[in-house]
Amino acid sequence: MVENRRLLTICAHIILLIGVAMVAFPVWITFVGASHEAERMLQTPIPLWPGDQFWVNFRQTMWGSGLDGTQTAPVYMMLFNSLVMAMMIAVGKIAISLLSAFAIVYFKFPFRMGFFWMIFITLMLPVEVRILPTFEVIAQLGMLNSYWGLTVPLIASATATFMFRQVFLTIPDEMLESARIDGAGPMRFFWDILIPLSRTNIAALFVILFIYGWNQYLWPLLITTDTEMMTVVVSIKQMLEAAEQSPQWNIIMMTALLAMVPPIFVVVAMQKLFVKGLTETDK
Amino acid sequence: MANITLNALTKTYGPVEVLHHIEAEITDGEFVVIVGPSGCGKSTLLRMVAGLESVTSGDVMIGDNRVNDLEPADRDIAMVFQNYALYPHMSVRQNMAYGLKIRKLPKSEIDRRVEEAAEILEIGAFLERKPRQLSGGQRQRVAMGRAIVRDPQVFLFDEPLSNLDAKLRVQMRLEIRKLQKRLGVTSIFVTHDQVEAMTLGDRLMVLNGGYVEQFGTPIELYERPASIFVAGFIGSPAMNFLAATAEGKSATLASGSVIDTAASADGAVTVGIRPEHLVPDDGGPLSMTVDMLEHLGGVTLLHGPLAGTDQQMVASLEGISPVEIGDTVRFSAPAGVVHMFDAATGKRIEG
Repeated sequence: MVENRRLLTICAHIILLIGVAMVAFPVWITFVGASHEAERMLQTPIPLWPGDQFWVNFRQTMWGSGLDGTQTAPVYMMLFNSLVMAMMIAVGKIAISLLSAFAIVYFKFPFRMGFFWMIFITLMLPVEVRILPTFEVIAQLGMLNSYWGLTVPLIASATATFMFRQVFLTIPDEMLESARIDGAGPMRFFWDILIPLSRTNIAALFVILFIYGWNQYLWPLLITTDTEMMTVVVSIKQMLEAAEQSPQWNIIMMTALLAMVPPIFVVVAMQKLFVKGLTETDK
Repeated sequence: MANITLNALTKTYGPVEVLHHIEAEITDGEFVVIVGPSGCGKSTLLRMVAGLESVTSGDVMIGDNRVNDLEPADRDIAMVFQNYALYPHMSVRQNMAYGLKIRKLPKSEIDRRVEEAAEILEIGAFLERKPRQLSGGQRQRVAMGRAIVRDPQVFLFDEPLSNLDAKLRVQMRLEIRKLQKRLGVTSIFVTHDQVEAMTLGDRLMVLNGGYVEQFGTPIELYERPASIFVAGFIGSPAMNFLAATAEGKSATLASGSVIDTAASADGAVTVGIRPEHLVPDDGGPLSMTVDMLEHLGGVTLLHGPLAGTDQQMVASLEGISPVEIGDTVRFSAPAGVVHMFDAATGKRIEG
C-alpha cells in the first residue's frame, strides 16, 4: 500500500461493497425466487427473504416435468445436455487447437504462414455471421438434434490456436533439440514436453471455453427442436414463453440457479491454475 | 568411444556459406575445444556434428560411420546446452532418465545408471527436485548427468558455462575437465572464452569467419600462432601488434627503433610481442609513455603508445610496479618471443 489513511480505506471499502451488492443482488433474488411458491412470486411486493419451498421446487424442477401443464423435459436432462456440450466444446477446442498450433510452430510445410493467417482471419467471423451456411451443412449431415450437431461447428477455434502458438513460441528451441537428442519423436515430444509445459494454459483455456460452451444460446436454439436435446440456457428462455400462462417464476429461478452451478464449480475448482495460466511467463 | 572425422564440411544458408571446407581429425578420448568470436560458425559446426543442423556438403564421421543423415538420437552422442534445456516439469531423476526411457532400457538399468551418474556429479541429494529449485551450478551438473547416463561415444558442449558466474565457471571448468579425463569420452566443447579453451582442451580449433585458423594444442597456439587472428585471440591481455619493416632477422618499427626477431623476412611485416614478454630494460629498443595503469595484484598492466607513434601497447609486469602515469618506460624483448606476421596476409612468418 502506498497510502494508509483511514478515510480512504473506508471509502474504498464502501465502494467495493456497493459493487459486490450490485453484482450479488440479482443472484440473491434468484435464490429467493426459487424458494417460494409460484403464487407468492406473482404477488407484490416480491419477497426479499427466502421462503420454505426450496426443496419442493428443487425436486419438481430437477426431476419433475418442470413447468405445470407443459411437456418440457426435466432439468437434470438439460443440465446433462449442457454439460456434454460444454465439455465437448472445451475439450474439442483444446485438442484441435493444440494440434494445429503444434503443426504451425514446429513443422515446416508449404503455405505454413498461409494456413496460420487463414486460421487467424476466422477470428473475425463469429458464429452469428456464418450461422446460415453452418446450419445448412449440419442439417445436410443429419446432425440436427444430436450432440455432434451441437458441438462440432463450435469446436474450431482461432483464438485458442493463436494462444497455444504464442505459448509454444516461448518454449526455447533447446527443449526440442534436447528431446531430439533424447530420441523423442514429434508426437512423443508433444505429449511428454509440450502438453505438460502448457498445462496451466490449458487449464485457463478450459475454464474460458467451458463457460463459453455452457452459455451458448443461439446455436443450440437453432439446432435442437427435440426438447430432450435442449440445453439448460435455452430452456430458461423457453419456460418464460411457455404457452398461455403466467410465468412460474419459482421454477424458472430454480432452473437459472441450477444453470449457474456448474460454471461456478469449474471456476472455483480451477481458479489456481487459471490465474497461473494467465499470468505465468516463466518456462 | 570413437574418433570423429570432419571431411570437407561445408554449411550454407541460402547463398551464404558460413563454414568452408572444415577438415579435422579428432582422436578417441580427445577433448577438443572450438573457439572463436561470436558469429564465427562454431556453434553451427557443433550442431552439425550433433545432427541438429543439416550438412550442406562433406562428411561427419563418428567412428567408422558416416552420420550425416542420422537423427541426433541415433548418433550416439550427448549434448549439454548453454541454457541446460532441462525439462522444467520433470524431476532431476526423470530428466536424466528420459532418454533412456525412450530407448526402452529396463527400469533397473535406468535406475542404476542414474544413481551412478548422480554419485559422480554429487547430485544424489536433489534427484527428486525440479530444475527450478536448483541453483545454476546444480542445473549445470544435472545437464551433465543427463549426458553421462546415456553413456555416449561423444560429448558435445555448447557454451555450457556462459550462464554461470565467474567463480562457479572456473570450478565447473575444472570439474568438466576431470570428468572427461575420467570417463575418457571424446568431447567437443564450444566457447568464445579463450581462457576456458586453453584450460579445457587437449587441442583447440580456432575458427574465424567459418575458416579454421589453426588447430593445435594450447601451447602450440600460444607459442606459434599461425596468424595475427590466433595470436590476438589467444592470450590475455592480447598480443601487441606493431607495424614494422623487416630486413633479415631484424625489424625496424615505426618509432625507428630496431628489434631482433627469430624468423627472417624482408618488407612490410607485423611484429607481435605478448605483454608478458616485454622486459623492462633501460637500454631497450621499445619506449612507451604510460597513459593508463591497471593493478591486478599479481601483475601490473601498463598501457600507452609506442614512443613516436600512435600504436597502442600493453606491457604486463610482475607484482606491483612503481611506475606512474606519464612515465616513460623502455622495454626489450628476446628475439625468441618476437613473432612476425606477413603484413598483407596476416600469416605467420617462419624460419
